[in-house]
Amino acid sequence: MNLIGTENLNVRYGSARVLEGINFEISKGEIVTIVGPNGSGKSTLIKAILGILKPEKGRVIHKTGLTIGYVPQKLSIDATLPLTVERFLSLPVRRAGEDVQRILERVGASRLESHQMSALSGGQFQRVLLARALLVNPDILILDEPTQGLDQPGVASFYGLIEDVRREMGCAVLLVSHDLHVVMSASDRVICLNQHICCEGSPQVVSEAPEYRALFGIGTGGTLALYRHVHDHHDAGDHDHQHHEKSV
Amino acid sequence: MLDEFVIRAILAGVGLSLATGPLGSFVVWRRMAYIGDATAHAAILGVALALAFSVSVTAGTLFVALMVGLSVSVLAGKGYAVDTSLGVLAHSALALGLVAISFVQGVRIDLNAFLFGDILTVGRGDLLVIWGGSALVLLLVLWRWSSLLTSTVSEELAASAGINPNQERLTIVLALAVVVALSLKVVGALLIASMLIVPAAAARGFANTPERMAITATAIGAISSAGGILISLFADTPAGPSIVVFAAAIFVISLLSGRRQGSS
Repeated sequence: MNLIGTENLNVRYGSARVLEGINFEISKGEIVTIVGPNGSGKSTLIKAILGILKPEKGRVIHKTGLTIGYVPQKLSIDATLPLTVERFLSLPVRRAGEDVQRILERVGASRLESHQMSALSGGQFQRVLLARALLVNPDILILDEPTQGLDQPGVASFYGLIEDVRREMGCAVLLVSHDLHVVMSASDRVICLNQHICCEGSPQVVSEAPEYRALFGIGTGGTLALYRHVHDHHDAGDHDHQHHEKSV
Repeated sequence: MLDEFVIRAILAGVGLSLATGPLGSFVVWRRMAYIGDATAHAAILGVALALAFSVSVTAGTLFVALMVGLSVSVLAGKGYAVDTSLGVLAHSALALGLVAISFVQGVRIDLNAFLFGDILTVGRGDLLVIWGGSALVLLLVLWRWSSLLTSTVSEELAASAGINPNQERLTIVLALAVVVALSLKVVGALLIASMLIVPAAAARGFANTPERMAITATAIGAISSAGGILISLFADTPAGPSIVVFAAAIFVISLLSGRRQGSS
């Protein structure tokens, strides 16, 4: 049973067609990563799936009773808005204090509950956003480039955390990412997007696909590194940046 | 003992603060100060229309404020450079209103009263309108509080939680239009936005949750109204501007005390 599916999804912004003929599905417990260059419609696809954007054509189908935990791309909270972490986690639905404590502990952000959101570091902020998404006990966690602005160790530990959480809660994960070499190996399936779905499949299949290489691989060592990385290390969890250097 | 007109004036200011405290907080958080300013300036055009068509000034300003607020939020939603179009719209409406008023035959009105307010002449009927309107705005904001706050934090997070951010934006614009129409008599078109923004900005220094900031802003608005009116009585200064000066003084104090807290 699919959690989410789209049928021939088309989305436009004004006169520009951003997504064309997207047929996508994700099933229970699956980890799917969407990659694609800037402006390829990755975030648009996420927003259409979430129902934030209305499709021009086609439709999005959610399994009945589906709960989605959403971690948005970036969030800037105005410094004039006094908002503690605890209050933020209770938006729009009030949460019990012990649930808030427990979830903050789970994402490694305990004792932050009375901190102001505007005073958090980038890494703390992302963990709080993840905590908020987990509070709904999601069937699926949707993350839109969740590690933007984090340094390399921060990125690695954030993805490690997501994998741990997924293993415990058994939720599916739909992830948009630029951090290809970190993300792809942990994915069951990778979708390469550029207005339409260029190619899709296991990380190995996608990294070898000519469509993928045309989008990401011309004239850089990146493709080779990625390619080897994916080939050499099927097991997830080893997310050291050094390792990427070594494999070149 | 204070004269009855003074008590009525203070009551008008306090009643208005019930609406401007929470609403002003949202205006500050959402960086909508410009919309507040634009709708308030355009209110003068509403005065002209009201005089020309012999309807109540409150109805005229409510109508124009609503139109300007809606067009601006539609433009902003479509990603237009709001700054310039808003400047053109707001100031054209203000100028057009001033010109139009001079054409209205047979009416001798005191423009100053509309530009700077005339709180000391507030009558019982006005009081009723101000308290009734403020109560409506307050109820609207309280009713939508959680949704408004969520969509202020992030429209995307709100939408993913089943809240329609456009609807919440409209709620704010509607409430703004009502407050502009109510405030015209109290502080005048030129200073309405300051009644929204200054108490809320001052409250920021004393609050660590959104709810406390809204309540504190209401209190600061009410205290400033009373303080400003009393100052204007004893120092013979214009009442509307005196209220704003009082609120601005509290803002400065909040800055100073905030700095002390920040260093500790």
